[in-house]
Amino acid sequence: MKLTLPKMLQIAVTFVTCAFLLVPTLQSVLAGVTVNYFKGVSSGLTLKWIGRVWELYADSIFLSIWLAIACLVCTLIIGVPAAYGLARRPGWVSRVLEEFISLPLAIPGLALALALLQLYGSMKGFRTSWTFILAGHVLYTLPFMVRSVLAVLSVIDLKTLEEGAASLGAGPWRRFCDIVVPNAMPGILAGALTVVTLSIGEFNLTWMLHTPYLKTLPVGLADSYASMRLEVASAYTLVFFVIIVPLLMAMQWASNRAQRIAQ
Amino acid sequence: MTLTLKSVSKTYPDGTVALQPTELHVEPGEIVSLLGPSGCGKTTLLRIIAGLETPNAGSEVRFGDDDVTNMPVEHRKVGMVFQSYALFPNMSVKGNIAYGLKMQKLGRDAIEERVTEVIRLCQLEPYVDRRITALSGGQRQRVALARAFAPRPRILLLDEPLSALDAALRVTLREELAGLLRRFNITALFVTHDQDEAMAIADKVAVMSHGKVVQTGTPEELYRNPKTSFVAGFVGHAMQLEGQVRGSVLEMSGGRLELPRAGDDCDVYVRAEDVALDEAGPLKATVESSTFLGTHYRVGLSGLGARTIFANHAGQKSPALGSQVRVAMHPSALMLLPREDDRS
Repeated sequence: MKLTLPKMLQIAVTFVTCAFLLVPTLQSVLAGVTVNYFKGVSSGLTLKWIGRVWELYADSIFLSIWLAIACLVCTLIIGVPAAYGLARRPGWVSRVLEEFISLPLAIPGLALALALLQLYGSMKGFRTSWTFILAGHVLYTLPFMVRSVLAVLSVIDLKTLEEGAASLGAGPWRRFCDIVVPNAMPGILAGALTVVTLSIGEFNLTWMLHTPYLKTLPVGLADSYASMRLEVASAYTLVFFVIIVPLLMAMQWASNRAQRIAQ
Repeated sequence: MTLTLKSVSKTYPDGTVALQPTELHVEPGEIVSLLGPSGCGKTTLLRIIAGLETPNAGSEVRFGDDDVTNMPVEHRKVGMVFQSYALFPNMSVKGNIAYGLKMQKLGRDAIEERVTEVIRLCQLEPYVDRRITALSGGQRQRVALARAFAPRPRILLLDEPLSALDAALRVTLREELAGLLRRFNITALFVTHDQDEAMAIADKVAVMSHGKVVQTGTPEELYRNPKTSFVAGFVGHAMQLEGQVRGSVLEMSGGRLELPRAGDDCDVYVRAEDVALDEAGPLKATVESSTFLGTHYRVGLSGLGARTIFANHAGQKSPALGSQVRVAMHPSALMLLPREDDRS
C-alpha cells in the first residue's frame, strides 16, 4: 500500500482526534496514582489516593451500585410488561403512550428533579430516603428499557406465537413467561445494561435530589473535585472507570446480539 | 369427535360481515377442507372453531356433546397448525412438540414417551435437538403438525398449511400431509384456497364464497355436479358458453350445440378437457393460441362467443395458429346451472 497525501491526512486526523480524547483521560488516570501532581510522575507512583477515595467515598460506591440494581428491578417489573402491552396493541394510543413515557429523555434532568421536589419535597420520610433518588432514576431510565424491549418484540409475530401457545393449552401468564420473555431476552438484556450504566452515571437529577448522607458516585465525584486534592479527585475518576467500562463493553456486546437476532 | 356448527356468524366491530350464518357437520375421523378464494371467510370460520375469534351471539359450536362456544382457546383441546407455523424460536424441535404436553401437566416419562412416538410418526428423528431457525420449510411444517398433534387434541385445525412453501415442494408435501392426517386417524379441518390441495387431502370439501358455505360434498361430487356456477368455476375451472338457450339447443356464434336437456333460465358450462377438436364437430372456431403442456396442448379458441374457450388437445401436433377448426362437446359433459345475478 502506498501512502499518498490524502491517505496520510486521514491517518493524521484520526490520530489527532484519538489523542484529543485519550490524552486527558490518561493524564487524569495518571494523576490519580502520582504522589504529587505538581511535581509530575517523577515524584513516584502510589495507590495511596485510591485508598483515600475508598475511605471517603466507599458509601457512595455501594449506594450507586445498590441504586442501579434497585432501578433495574423496577424498570424490569414496569418496563417489560409495558413494552409487551404496547407491542400487542399497536395503534395511535400506543404511539402516544410511548412518546409520553419517553418525555423524561427530552426534559432536562434538573426540571424533572424540580418537579419531584415540588411534589414530594414535603414528605419528609420519602424526601430523605434513598427511594427518592430511586424514583428519579426509574423515571429517567424507564424509556430506555421500554424502547429496547419494544424494538425486539415488534419484529417477531408475537400475536401468532401467543395464539400457538394458547391453542396448546397455555394461559396468559404461562404465555408471558414461556413465549414473550424468552423471545424478548436480547432486548431485555440490552435494556438492562443501558439502565444500569445510566443509573450509575446519572448526575443532573441526582445532584438535585441527593442529601448530604446520600451521595451517589457522580455526586461524590463532583464533591471530591470541589473540596479534595486534585490527586484524590483523579483517583476517583480512575475508580469510576473501573466500574463503568466493563458495563459499557457488556452493553455493546448485548446490543450487537440483539441486532443479530432481530434480523 | 363430531364437530357441529349451528348458525355460526361473525360481524366485525366496523360492520364488515366476515361470515354469514353457517351450518357445518364433520363426522369423527373425517378430513374436511374449507375451500374458497381469499376473503371468503374460511379462515374466520376456522379461527372461530379454534376459539381465537368470538362469533356473534346466537352462534353455537359443539365438539361432540360439549358446547364450547364460550370456552377460551386454551381449554378447547384443539390442535392448530398456523399458516406461518408459529413455532417457538426459543425452543428446540423437541421443546416445541413437548410444550402442549407440559401444559397438560403430564409426568416427565409420559411426555417423553408421547414426544418420541409423535417424532417417529412424523419422521423427525434427525432434527430432534435442532433449533427452529435451522429447519427448512417442509421440516417446519412437519414440526408444526407434530406439535399440534402431540397433546391428543379433539380436532386438528390447519390454516393454509402449505401456502408458505414454494410450488415444487407443495405438491410433494401435499401427499405427505394427506398420508400423515390419515395415519393420525383424527377429525381434521383445513383451510385452503387451492382446489388441487383440497381434493388431494380431504374426504369432504366445503366450498365457501362471500362468507357462506355454498356447497359441501366429496371432491368427485363437487367436480361432477356443481350446484352453482361459482363452484363449477372454482373447482375445475369450468368455462361459461355464451349463447341463446332454445329448448335443448344452445345457439352460439360458432354454431348450434346440443344440450343434455331443455335448459331455459340456465347457463351452460364446460371444462377444457371436455372440449374436443373434431372434424365432425358442430361448432366453428379459430385457433387463437396454443401452449404445449407436456401431456397435452392447451388450445385457445375464438369465435365461440366473446370469451376465449380453451380445449385440452391430446394430439401429437397442435393445429396452426389462425386456422379454422371444428369443435365438438359431448352433451353429457355440459353442465346446466341456474342463471345467477352477476354477484359472485
